[in-house]
Amino acid sequence: MSEDAAERHRSWQVLVAAYWKPIYKHLRLRWRKPREDAKDLTQGFFAQAMDKGFFEAYHPSKARFRTFLRTCLDGFVANQVQSEGRLKRGGGVPLLSLDFELAEGELARLEPVAPESIERCFEQEWTRSLFALALDALRDECEARGRSLAFTVFERYDVLGDPDARPTYARLAAEYGIAVTDVTNHLFQTRRRFRAVVLDKLRELTATDEEFREEARLLLGGARP
Amino acid sequence: MRWLDDSVLEHLREVAELPDLTGTRYEYVGRLGAGGMGRVYRVRDTALGRDVALKVLVAPDDGGALESRLWRESRILARLEHPNIVPIHDVGRLPDGRVFYAMKCIEGQRLDAWLAQTRPSRPEALRLFIKICEAVAFAHAHGVIHRDLKPQNVMVGAFGEALVMDWGLARVVGQGREEDVPGGPQEGGFPPGEVPTLQGVVLGTPSYMSPEQARGDVASLDARTDVYALGAILYFLLEGRPPFEGASAEEVVARVLRAEPPGLRGRDTSIPKVLEAICRAALARRPEDRYASAGELAAEVGRFLDGLPVAAYRETPWDVVTRLLSRNRTVVLLVLAYLAMRVVLLLAAGR
Repeated sequence: MSEDAAERHRSWQVLVAAYWKPIYKHLRLRWRKPREDAKDLTQGFFAQAMDKGFFEAYHPSKARFRTFLRTCLDGFVANQVQSEGRLKRGGGVPLLSLDFELAEGELARLEPVAPESIERCFEQEWTRSLFALALDALRDECEARGRSLAFTVFERYDVLGDPDARPTYARLAAEYGIAVTDVTNHLFQTRRRFRAVVLDKLRELTATDEEFREEARLLLGGARP
Repeated sequence: MRWLDDSVLEHLREVAELPDLTGTRYEYVGRLGAGGMGRVYRVRDTALGRDVALKVLVAPDDGGALESRLWRESRILARLEHPNIVPIHDVGRLPDGRVFYAMKCIEGQRLDAWLAQTRPSRPEALRLFIKICEAVAFAHAHGVIHRDLKPQNVMVGAFGEALVMDWGLARVVGQGREEDVPGGPQEGGFPPGEVPTLQGVVLGTPSYMSPEQARGDVASLDARTDVYALGAILYFLLEGRPPFEGASAEEVVARVLRAEPPGLRGRDTSIPKVLEAICRAALARRPEDRYASAGELAAEVGRFLDGLPVAAYRETPWDVVTRLLSRNRTVVLLVLAYLAMRVVLLLAAGR
């Protein structure tokens, strides 16, 4: 992590934003923790991670960060179980503002997860968080640049549409009063920006160039940003 | 933050995988297919005003080995100008950093789909098979072994032409030693340590893989490895399924290593013994028992089609008569008709 306090704080926020849902869901699915315990453990894990510098021991050459984080998390929970559930949240670390009800609602939509698929589920939840963060950032960016319509078209076609029944370009063009070629252009340009924003988010979540390239390759395949 | 269900997530991943064609001569048209390491897109070459197929690397690429392989594939394709080998037009790196190559966009279907939908006559299937063999023989003559021949890697064009595709696992050999194909222009060639050697690694598709390939005995692979795969394709064309199948890749590999392929005539007695023998010879477990080259195999199948004797099958006198009768059916019928007419005339004169 950066030596600069402000930069360190921002990195921490990005990390929490990307990982808190996968962590919470992991606690509910892998450890079968009740809601309240899972909430406390999520908060407690982040508090101790910050207080004790869990993540400073991470080295990209040894494992992927998600694997490392999950190992830390499982170790943390196992310790909590051994110490009879007394949560140690770290001195003076404020509670994070996390929308656990939202995560709980998302959990309800998940198919039952087989024990052997827990690790894959954690990966999938992380990807879900990352893409959701990227979409939020992309929407903000488009609004700031006066390209809200481009984002709306992209959202309607690629995000909100039923994958098996996407609206046609002609229908979108009619709905928004634009030419079909505009729909094509909006989709093309916004998709390209989406890829770039995903990679930006990924860069924020990785410690080294090597790790970033590796993650980009795994996530998007063959990318050499 | 919004909820993204798995199908949306997968779609977004695909969207993010789309090639960045900004500033290139290509315009995106649609997706054509996906392979193990790459996606193939239909793009419009705006400079020449035609559609081409753009193969872009998308698979996770630890250490850049797949990227190296794509470069190698493009260089190999550039060497192989043949009517039955898909021609390459361009190679390079996209603005998003990914390696691509552009090749002819073929309007047609894969060999397995063609067989299922067209249901060709046996001679028609065999003539197509000869074209495939000729393409492979051409590659062998240029020191290239394909190593992943299978029906899915052969396209049948709209006019019945066969095109051998996917040379990603191909290896270039020359005068007893392996040669490295130079890398891309940016790299200026791969240092020896960075070229994927594939040493001891089982690559290829189990059902069409030779025993030596299934053992991972890379050093011993030569043209006869492709002859084996061609034999398996011939088997597939005649039988509609590969010589070895199984519930898992491991099971198929085990059968390739230890079992003999089921006899073709055991399943379909209409298949001529001669064809079965050709197939068996191509699928011999020991490379030295196979045809020495794809050209030999093509010639053998050609001889069968022409009603000539083949090396793989020792004929009985009855086989010779049957073959000659079959080959000269029209002449035989005319002679028989003539003799019958003479008999009739003689009988009429006797009355």
